[in-house]
Amino acid sequence: MAALLEVKNLGISFGGLRAVDDFEISIKKGQLYGLIGPNGAGKTTIFNLLTGVYKPSEGVISLEGNNITGLKTIEINKAGIARTFQNIRLFKDLSVLDNVKAGLHNHYKYSTLEGILRLPNYFKMEKAMNEKAMELLKVFELEGEADYLAANLPYGKQRKLEIARALATEPRLLLLDEPAAGMNPNETMELMDTIRFVRDNFDMTILLIEHDMKLVSGICEELTVLNFGRILSQGKTSRVLNDPQVITAYLGE
Amino acid sequence: MKKFKLGKNMKDNIITYGIVIIAYVIMQILVSTGHVSSLMQGLLVPLCVYVILAVSLNLTVGILGELSLGHAGFMCVGAFAGAFFSKCMKNVITFGLLRFVLAILIGALAAGIIGFLIGMPVLRLRGDYLAIVTLAFGEIIKNVINVLYIGKDSRGLHFSTKDSLSLGLEPEGDVIINGAQGITGTPKDSTFTIGVILIILTLIIVLNLIHSRDGRAIMSIRDNLIAAESIGINITKYKLMAFSISAALAGVAGVLYSHNLNSLMATPKNFGYNMSIMILVFVVLGGIGNIRGSIISAVVLTLLPELLRGLSNYRMLIYSIVLIVMMLFNWSPKLIDLRKRYSLKRLLKRTREVQ
Amino acid sequence: MSFISYLINGISLGSVYAIIALGYTMVYGIAKMLNFAHGDVIMVGGFTIFFAVSMQGLPTFAGVLLAVVLCTLLGITIEYIAYRPLRQAASSLAVLITAIGVSYFLQNIALLIFGANTKAFTSVVTIPAVKLANDQIIISGETIVTIISCIIIMIGLSLFINRTKAGQAMLAVSEDKGAAQLMGINVNGTISLTFAIGSALAAIAGMLLCSAYPSLTPYTGSMPGIKAFVAAVFGGIGSIPGALIGGIVLGIIEILGKAYISSQMADAIVFMVLIVVLLVKPTGILGRKIQEKV
Repeated sequence: MAALLEVKNLGISFGGLRAVDDFEISIKKGQLYGLIGPNGAGKTTIFNLLTGVYKPSEGVISLEGNNITGLKTIEINKAGIARTFQNIRLFKDLSVLDNVKAGLHNHYKYSTLEGILRLPNYFKMEKAMNEKAMELLKVFELEGEADYLAANLPYGKQRKLEIARALATEPRLLLLDEPAAGMNPNETMELMDTIRFVRDNFDMTILLIEHDMKLVSGICEELTVLNFGRILSQGKTSRVLNDPQVITAYLGE
Repeated sequence: MKKFKLGKNMKDNIITYGIVIIAYVIMQILVSTGHVSSLMQGLLVPLCVYVILAVSLNLTVGILGELSLGHAGFMCVGAFAGAFFSKCMKNVITFGLLRFVLAILIGALAAGIIGFLIGMPVLRLRGDYLAIVTLAFGEIIKNVINVLYIGKDSRGLHFSTKDSLSLGLEPEGDVIINGAQGITGTPKDSTFTIGVILIILTLIIVLNLIHSRDGRAIMSIRDNLIAAESIGINITKYKLMAFSISAALAGVAGVLYSHNLNSLMATPKNFGYNMSIMILVFVVLGGIGNIRGSIISAVVLTLLPELLRGLSNYRMLIYSIVLIVMMLFNWSPKLIDLRKRYSLKRLLKRTREVQ
Repeated sequence: MSFISYLINGISLGSVYAIIALGYTMVYGIAKMLNFAHGDVIMVGGFTIFFAVSMQGLPTFAGVLLAVVLCTLLGITIEYIAYRPLRQAASSLAVLITAIGVSYFLQNIALLIFGANTKAFTSVVTIPAVKLANDQIIISGETIVTIISCIIIMIGLSLFINRTKAGQAMLAVSEDKGAAQLMGINVNGTISLTFAIGSALAAIAGMLLCSAYPSLTPYTGSMPGIKAFVAAVFGGIGSIPGALIGGIVLGIIEILGKAYISSQMADAIVFMVLIVVLLVKPTGILGRKIQEKV
């Protein structure tokens, strides 16, 4: 079966610095894939390359067999990749519900005029959006806070809301940038369940960056370890985590 | 719950419309019973102009989150386009109301198109740069109108940028826009009632836009551009949409303004950046992003100096101090902390406000 | 021949813009804010000299010194009261609007004290005009003093920034406030110093501007201020040589535009230049690009 995401020979330089070099990955549909590595290894840069924030210096990214290299961020989102951010980027002055509804933007449409004149289609679509958004919020147990401003949510819930918003765009591939950062062990356990739930119930493929080894070894089926912008090790989670090279990179000589 | 939420916006909007309508009714009663001085009566149309300007600028500053210092420029475009049309059609369309409605549409369209054309290149810029470029455009518009001469005779329209003589008009021809002298003899079509109707139309457009799919897209760009892009929102499209609608509404205000005057000139006082800044003051004092606040502050700040004549010399000084204090009070991290500590309850209440 | 005269006038006006632009560019570089009130500090400088010399009869030198001292203090005070509390604010709009408020405040204070009437400013320059090429080109004393002042200020400022500890601290703070703080640099003090220098230069610019164009109103500073900001953007904001280049180019464009195209459209031409520059090269001639980290 063909891979959902296929990346070949991906690289980018900033000035003289080689931030990512010869990166390759192949993720199958429905997989939970982990991207790990020390700070500054280039993990987030890879997310930025995959989502069109940076244009790669070389390499090919294809999603479901379509070449999406060099597309703009919004086109990549429309093609089916959604993400969360390491430093949470919510629409903080919008309500929790509206954050998710913003994610539904490209799937529930009515014209500007219909909105301003409050024509029937406006009410129909808004109702459908509200229902869909509440459904997503329920998955993350945020339905009680739907009317809160996003900025007023506690940290852990903000991370969950970001995932909900990403899911609202109906992606084929979900990129999570350190979803457990700043969470306590209990919250992390809960998050692991949620991620699995999302994968199973939304038929989702997930690539995540994480530092929490418990989370990584707990849910990821395959891993890629990055060090200084290059792949250090790649493959089944249990094998990669026992790779002496990986242990050295993480624990030092 | 969802029902409740839709209802809440609706309730909020109804209060805003209600305030406008009640204020209008009270004013009409006062006028008809002779309780309003002629000076105050003269202020009624300008009041409507300022309210429309403040509400429309709030769309750019509060909802789109970009600072525009060229709002008076769009007002200027609307004022001249509308007045130009009315003067040309003075003898063609004799039904005043129809002519005025058409003038308003033309003013809005002209300002909207200029807003779109300016917005297309400059909305790529952010923050300070955008502010200064919009200021620059406002000044350019004013400058261009000051050197523009347009005349009409039996052969059609004539344009010049030198003087009215070089238009080469036939003896019975008519100079419509006379450079720095502007347009004289615009029909005085603006009334308080029309002004209030225009305010309500402006509110319908702005409030309904905010609480719609497009409004959400615009506000998501304001709150986080990179995240908005990542969920597939077309940044350029929505920035342009907010900016051009805001400009078009400023154009409406301009038409209302120009049809309240016998002679219309583009001076630094009415269409310069000082005017843009004055509108900004209304928006800031009413609360950035708070539409109802814009209306109230535009009304209060226009009427207050007239009511307290003695203070009129200090009017702008007081504005400036209030502006600084408001910004410090609302945005200084230290003061925000202080306020949080002392009014937790109010803060909890505020979290439920969406707007 | 008249072209050369225009060119010299343009360089002279451009030198004033360059001196004002320095204030903008230094403050922008270090505090990352557009100090909208900078132009009005020029006006305060002008009025101080007018008050001291024309009204109180003090010697010119004392008047200029007074203006420099007063503007310096004013700059530090403005930064302390109005801008510092907003340095960590979530919205960059906040500090810009505050700066607009300060600008309005200064204009209206001047309006209350001195009234709206235009004041005739007596030039502080006493050296005679130089005549060249059989009197076909006349260079006024003001022009000479302006250009020389600009050169001295540029050299002085470059030496200050590159050769002194305080200057190096400025560079460090403009690069990274947090890191500079960790290195033991007094960040607040450095920012105050930047405002002090910028405002002192504004006082000098006020003197030169009012000597060359001897009319003074509470709004005297705002248009030159905005144009100087255009100059700073043109040259690349944050760059000191950029301010010099931008200022002079802009001054020449303005004077030549006035002479050969349309005197009414001169301002519009200057602003067109700004727009074109920002659209073609948003970072200006010598500016650097800063990208937001995702």
